[in-house]
Amino acid sequence: MSLLKLSHVSAFYGASQALFDVHLSIEKGQVVALMGRNGMGKSTTVKVISRLLRHRGGTVMFDGQDMARVPSYRAARAGIGLVPEGRRCFSNLTVHENLIAAARPGAWDFKAVAGLFPRLEERRDQVAASLSGGEQQMLAIGRALMTNPQLLVLDEATEGLAPVVRQEIWAAIARLKAETGMAILVIDKSIRELSRVADHAVILEKGVSVWEGAFSALSPEITDRYLGV
Amino acid sequence: MRRETMLNATLMLILLGFPLWAWSVDEPFLITLSTRAVIFAIAGVGLNFALGIGGLVSLGHAAFFGIGGYAMGILAYHAQTYTALAEWPVLIEGTKSMPVIWIVAIVASALVALGMGALSLRTTGVYFIMITLAFAQMFFYFTISWPTYGGEDGLSIYVRNGFPGLNTMDPIQFYAICYAWLVVVLFLVHRAAKAPFGLMLSAARQNGARVQAVGQVPYRLYLVAFTISGAITGLAGALFADLNRFVSPTMFSWQTSGEIMVFVILGGVGRIFGPVAGAALFILLEHVLGGLSEYWHVYLGAILLGVVLFARGGLFGLIAGREVAHD
Repeated sequence: MSLLKLSHVSAFYGASQALFDVHLSIEKGQVVALMGRNGMGKSTTVKVISRLLRHRGGTVMFDGQDMARVPSYRAARAGIGLVPEGRRCFSNLTVHENLIAAARPGAWDFKAVAGLFPRLEERRDQVAASLSGGEQQMLAIGRALMTNPQLLVLDEATEGLAPVVRQEIWAAIARLKAETGMAILVIDKSIRELSRVADHAVILEKGVSVWEGAFSALSPEITDRYLGV
Repeated sequence: MRRETMLNATLMLILLGFPLWAWSVDEPFLITLSTRAVIFAIAGVGLNFALGIGGLVSLGHAAFFGIGGYAMGILAYHAQTYTALAEWPVLIEGTKSMPVIWIVAIVASALVALGMGALSLRTTGVYFIMITLAFAQMFFYFTISWPTYGGEDGLSIYVRNGFPGLNTMDPIQFYAICYAWLVVVLFLVHRAAKAPFGLMLSAARQNGARVQAVGQVPYRLYLVAFTISGAITGLAGALFADLNRFVSPTMFSWQTSGEIMVFVILGGVGRIFGPVAGAALFILLEHVLGGLSEYWHVYLGAILLGVVLFARGGLFGLIAGREVAHD
């Protein structure tokens, strides 16, 4: 049974339809890349998964549970950890406060997060607003991990970051995959980096899943067709 | 030591030293002034928990202040008139015991805050302000038309309530009780603000949707904060009524809600010790400016305007910097 399964999902922002027919499934321990050009519905799909947006058609199943009427706080408690686009840390709280405020019982605690991102330990008492973009991204990932999720959703986790910091983030994702076996849904534009961690890929175009398969099966023809500028 | 910590310590030392000095030179009036400042500070700390940390702009905290006051007034009135508060289904008598009165005041105001919060927290912004104000005004008009407990004239309590081992009629001993409560309240609020609950409350003020995404419900956080805030303000009301040995509907009036908010704004919204500085400054201004002119509120208004326009972190923001000031 899939950990997460979206079937024929449609979603709207008011009267405007953003998703028409999205299919996606993630198995336990699998890393799935959600890809597509800008404005194709990737972030909307993430919002539907994390229940920040309710879908209107289709089904969203997580860990055997129908998520149709589940609010976002219950989705988080059920095990969906979201790292939102633009990081959105609680800027008035310190690094340590950001992390312990979100903590839920499980293996991930401050020490474990600091083990993954030693820089957060160094910045422990600094308010989030004073961190660099990369550090805020690490904090956002750490905060999601502190909820001890079954599924980690990373929405544009390396966007706008310096190459060195991006490498750190990718290394952390690879470590999460290798050491924890956590299911991860990752949205990113870097095919090269995704190819190192992703097992599976789903491509969206205009709110529709147009390609789904093993990441290794992504041919240049497909990437040019659906992801090329 | 951080500048803010030093400021906190200085403030508490002044609040400890000044009444002791007044006591040593036999100036009971100055001790009473200090007691007022400390009680107002407790009320301000209560409001600040909801306003400063949770961002809940309540104009209804007079309701809790008044409930605390009337809890004391009603219990003490029945004790001094040797009448029962209720005879059925169980006999409930009045009391002159401060600890019992505090418990009743805290529980009653917490329950009212819970009910009031459950309804008003479904709204935000100006609607929340108006609903909380309306609730307090409801209590105000109710007490005005409640002849059993004095109606508009209020209730006088002839002898201050008792505390085991202390002579509460002695101003410095009563001050010690109020000061001890202020320390306890500040400690508890500080602990709550730094606990995951307080941190999430602060985060919810900033981004409610994000708080939900990590498994928390902003409404519940706000409701708990509002209830705690109401309970603290209710305690202040009970102490204030004991200080004056008098309760009246004025404790429920919107001016009282406004004054509690002034303590918070003057001292610094969101700073744990801010309302302590605000209440002390308010009492100082009331005493100094009130001696100069009958219309001292005009000067107070001008100062408040200056604080809001040029020193949004309040007195604490001016002295200790604005890094944690709420804006």
